[in-house]
Amino acid sequence: MEPTPIQTLVLGVGNSLMSDEGFGIHVVERLVKTCQIPDEVQVLDGGTLGMDLLYYLEDAKNLLLVDAVQAGREPGYILRLEDEQVPSFLSMKVSPHQVGVPDMLAAARLRGTTPEKIVLWGVQPEKIELGLELSSTIEPLVDEVVKKVVAQLQEWGHRVDPIFTG
Amino acid sequence: MARIAIDPITRIEGHLRIEVQVDGGAVSDAWASATMFRGVETILKGRDPREAWAITQRFCGVCTTVHAFTSVRAVENALGITVPNNARILRNIIEGIQFVQDHVIHFYHLHALDWVDIVSALDADPAATSDLAQAISDWPKSSTDYFTAVKAKLKAYVDSGQLGPFANAYWGHAAYKLPPEANLMAVAHYLEALDWQRDVIRAHALLGSKNPHLQTYLVGGMATPIDPTSQAAINADTIAMLKGYFKTAKDFVEKVYLQDLLAIAPFYLDWAGIGAGVGNYLAYGEYPDKDGVLYFPQGYILNKDLSKVYPLDHMQITEHVAHSWYEYADEKKGLHPWQGETTPKFTGPQPPYDFLNVDGKYTWMKAPRLDEHPMEVGPLARMLVAYASGQQDVVDTVNFVLGKLGAGPEALFSTLGRTAARCIETVLLANKLDEWVNELAANIAAGDVDVHEGSKWDPENWPAEAEGYGYIEAPRGALGHWIRIKDKKIENYQAVVPSTWNCSPRDAAGQQGPYEAALVGTPIADEKKPLEVLRTIHSFDPCIACGVHLLDVNGNEINQITFDAADTMSAPLIRLRPDK
Repeated sequence: MEPTPIQTLVLGVGNSLMSDEGFGIHVVERLVKTCQIPDEVQVLDGGTLGMDLLYYLEDAKNLLLVDAVQAGREPGYILRLEDEQVPSFLSMKVSPHQVGVPDMLAAARLRGTTPEKIVLWGVQPEKIELGLELSSTIEPLVDEVVKKVVAQLQEWGHRVDPIFTG
Repeated sequence: MARIAIDPITRIEGHLRIEVQVDGGAVSDAWASATMFRGVETILKGRDPREAWAITQRFCGVCTTVHAFTSVRAVENALGITVPNNARILRNIIEGIQFVQDHVIHFYHLHALDWVDIVSALDADPAATSDLAQAISDWPKSSTDYFTAVKAKLKAYVDSGQLGPFANAYWGHAAYKLPPEANLMAVAHYLEALDWQRDVIRAHALLGSKNPHLQTYLVGGMATPIDPTSQAAINADTIAMLKGYFKTAKDFVEKVYLQDLLAIAPFYLDWAGIGAGVGNYLAYGEYPDKDGVLYFPQGYILNKDLSKVYPLDHMQITEHVAHSWYEYADEKKGLHPWQGETTPKFTGPQPPYDFLNVDGKYTWMKAPRLDEHPMEVGPLARMLVAYASGQQDVVDTVNFVLGKLGAGPEALFSTLGRTAARCIETVLLANKLDEWVNELAANIAAGDVDVHEGSKWDPENWPAEAEGYGYIEAPRGALGHWIRIKDKKIENYQAVVPSTWNCSPRDAAGQQGPYEAALVGTPIADEKKPLEVLRTIHSFDPCIACGVHLLDVNGNEINQITFDAADTMSAPLIRLRPDK
């Protein structure tokens, strides 16, 4: 049986050893734990990899990035960017992942394989220091951003149901 | 006289910052600094040693597999576990294809931009480019039409004004020497390399059960089962697919990567006399065969003397902090990793600042030393140790490349030598991959499907205390993890990573680290555009899919976005001021 083609890639990026820097990773982990993800959606923990992710990106029509971003706002500020804002935003070097993701998007553009839609959900971190846990300000926002991710997936026409564990 | 600071060059090991003193058109002194504290080892204390690899995998953004692998080896060494033959082969395969993919991407995606002028490619004649390509290789993508299409694609991209990773580079710099046709050919191969890597790294998804962060590592062997009758395990289909990927890998490496190196290097032969560095080279060795013999041998060389390879004793490895932002009771001495301490003591300037106080402590990197010598690690170290050890495949391939360039072995001690060594080992490994797959297939055919040695899995079977180390040759060089286990938990954990060896600061005796030493004497044509510095630093492959310095930091565009941009991270990357 042929696998279902991927339409949408949900890509969490960040370093999960550096507390709030790992926000994107926490969100994708929570997403797959709490929601049934349809086959045409791929959810990926991208870590801090760069060009290695191109492989996944180029299969997707829609890209949803989740990341910690230095937006110059108060910790916990949530922001949404889309399409042209995303790569140029990242090339401002406001995200700690300025190296990997914009390189990857630029390479995709040069190759003519950029996803049609790109949305980024980001959060202003409180602390970026050694630690596996999110700060107390940022931790509660994981569920909130998961909801936003789910809403975006639904807007793109994907069916996402909660997993009932009770 | 002028001081130039380049910051950041990378971020994965922390931001890499280089300061160089320029005097009479050449670098007279240099300092390498990592400006972000990591000290990730402290997270591991008190944890289950069997789970350490899943955390160490996140040490470095681009070196995930090697840190997982090294951690597992360290625990196996501490507990006295020998992994089954199939696990050894699978590890060789996973690691080998990682090397091949990583080196090709480094060459085309990062390092080529130091030698290839992308913008000049727009002046190339596609017919002449086709002639050039066909003269050097029988690679099929070489027609005039093909290069016409690549040129059109590049032109559209440049005209869009969004250069991405190509922006802010030093296009048109006097140090670029290639004719436009060679530049266009390299751009075509840059694009092809992206397709190619996509194909070959599927091997990891096949063997690792989860990519990009592989989940197959296991203390005692591998977690990926071998079962010829199961679709969910390594079977005959897996073997056939691996052979296909590795054929693709080998073709590109031999017909494109190696040929490009041989075509580009003659324009830059002056770089065979620049960038030597400390002249000491360390290799832990890698790719054991069934008898434990390493394909790339272990050992070290001192003072560029290829007539003697010294045997390695890991007890001779120490880390100094005299110029590093850490505290030791006695900072005149280094400490072995088992005794290693990671007590941060930051005494550097608060950003924004112009220059570091390089007379004092100036980096978050410790200074590893082997018997008090600073050592270069990486492809050049591996090839030199193998060459001096008489490893026949290495001797033959190195001599072939040197012959093509009309150079002797002394040319290897240089920036160009480092770049050539990376290509040479890629050629060798691309050949070994198929051999390892055949070895695995033969084992399976003979009924050997064992991938895990489980007798020491239960902590009840461990001694009360144990200590061990794990070595690996990562693409960027010798990587070691040292572990102490007490009462079934991690008591101490230290990683000495390749970039720590290469980006080492001065030690208590004032000896420079490899980056620092390699930069001294580098000619600088234009102090405002220190392309030559980047060539040498990038030849080491700093721990990152780098190119940070090439990114656009145009502050105007940020106004399009609905928040304030006051952020020190968007400060200018390259600062220049006359010396005091």
